[in-house]
Amino acid sequence: MATIHDIDTEGRPPALEARSLSVFYGSKQAVKEVDLVVPAHKVVALIGPSGCGKSTLLRCFNRMNDLVGSARVEGRVDFHGKNLYDDDVDPVEVRRRIGMVFQKPNPFPKSIYDNVAFGPRVNGFKGDLDGLVQDSLRQAALWDEIHDRLGDSAYALSGGQQQRLCIARTLAVKPEIVLMDEPASALDPIATQRIEELIYELKKDYTIVIVTHNMQQAARISDYTAFLYMGALIEYGPTDMIFTNPSEERTEAYVTGRFG
Amino acid sequence: MNMDGTPKRHFHEELDGLQELLLTMAGRVEQAVARALEAVAVADATVAADLRAGDGEIDEMESLIDERVQELLALHQPMASDLRLIITVLKVANDVERVGDHAVNIARAVRRMRKSSPPPELRELQEMGDVAREMLSDSLAAFVARDPGSAMRVHATDDTVDSLRKSLFRIMVTYMLEDPRNIGSGLEVLLISQNIERIADLATNIAEDVVFLVKGREGIRDMKNWADHDADGGEDEGG
Repeated sequence: MATIHDIDTEGRPPALEARSLSVFYGSKQAVKEVDLVVPAHKVVALIGPSGCGKSTLLRCFNRMNDLVGSARVEGRVDFHGKNLYDDDVDPVEVRRRIGMVFQKPNPFPKSIYDNVAFGPRVNGFKGDLDGLVQDSLRQAALWDEIHDRLGDSAYALSGGQQQRLCIARTLAVKPEIVLMDEPASALDPIATQRIEELIYELKKDYTIVIVTHNMQQAARISDYTAFLYMGALIEYGPTDMIFTNPSEERTEAYVTGRFG
Repeated sequence: MNMDGTPKRHFHEELDGLQELLLTMAGRVEQAVARALEAVAVADATVAADLRAGDGEIDEMESLIDERVQELLALHQPMASDLRLIITVLKVANDVERVGDHAVNIARAVRRMRKSSPPPELRELQEMGDVAREMLSDSLAAFVARDPGSAMRVHATDDTVDSLRKSLFRIMVTYMLEDPRNIGSGLEVLLISQNIERIADLATNIAEDVVFLVKGREGIRDMKNWADHDADGGEDEGG
């Protein structure tokens, strides 16, 4: 049984709520009956050793696992009172409203501008596209660095800039939740710091769920931390509690590096 | 990161070393307190110089602990119980160092007292010293055993020392009123009692640190609530 500490949603409905969520890859169960409430406008970090199911769990939150042939999801993920896995839910719409940023920056082989404009265009955006691109780049803290070369190839940017471009691209379709799968693991410390500052800024407007291998990063940027081990949620609670005085021995062993 | 099968062995060895250093330091300080109180009992004026010399060594150990703590924090970013342990070691080292200073103060007061007329036999002073000494050793034992229960008992004993000091204060005022020639030694006795009381306070701090170490911040909150319920009234009356 997992230890779930008080999760204060501050009177707002939670942004996401997973209930008895399980994921199977063939016969192997990668996520085991996880219950997790993600409060709105907070940063929730998923931590745990490699293979603990944290990335799989993250991918459940915008139905990315649909794209993995052998994956089967049981249980539910409620978003605005609706189970994301109901038959009448359009996964494309889910992924627009719940965006994702990946470990390695993956810009399209297009200009900086077109990368950001891509999503809105695909969605038939009819408004001020220039304004939207600019806003998104500003929110991703990239505008000041690249505003005079929007026509350049996205590949001309540094790794850290590319990752912020990918964040801008995600933000351009106005999601409510941004999922991040180790967004800074391929970046140098300075670029990592910028991403972390950005995440802090973004929670004003978005809810963020982040998977990270870097415990210090989870401690620095998240409000709540969930520790997963072998597919099970072991402990979930306020980040300061998880890192200063966790209740579960396995959490303690993991965060103090005594694991194994 | 070293979570997949490779524990942070090196770090935890250093952490063990840090604790050993603290306990060595604490052992010296306990000895110093014992010697200072013995000096009070037998009016031995020579102890002060010895303790002064030993205090330098204690200070050095504290600096060394500070340095190591800084290193461990900067290099390893410890978490959870490791983090609490490091914070606790730093705080306990600081408290223990000050206990050492109070031991020196006590021995010095004994040395000064020799020059004036000796005070009457003071059961309260002895008892205060015994209780404070026991509190110190109990709080350190609680640290070693990670025992918040005995830490709480140390916390509760602090009131005994406070009330002993108060009655000693009244006795000494009477004693000094009887004959102005008693004032010199009377003040020294009060000074000694104040230093003993500070030792008891610092032992109480250490006990609180042990509760923090084992139970985190919430443990401290619980303990404070419990202590507030337990000890209403008994305000300070000067001294």
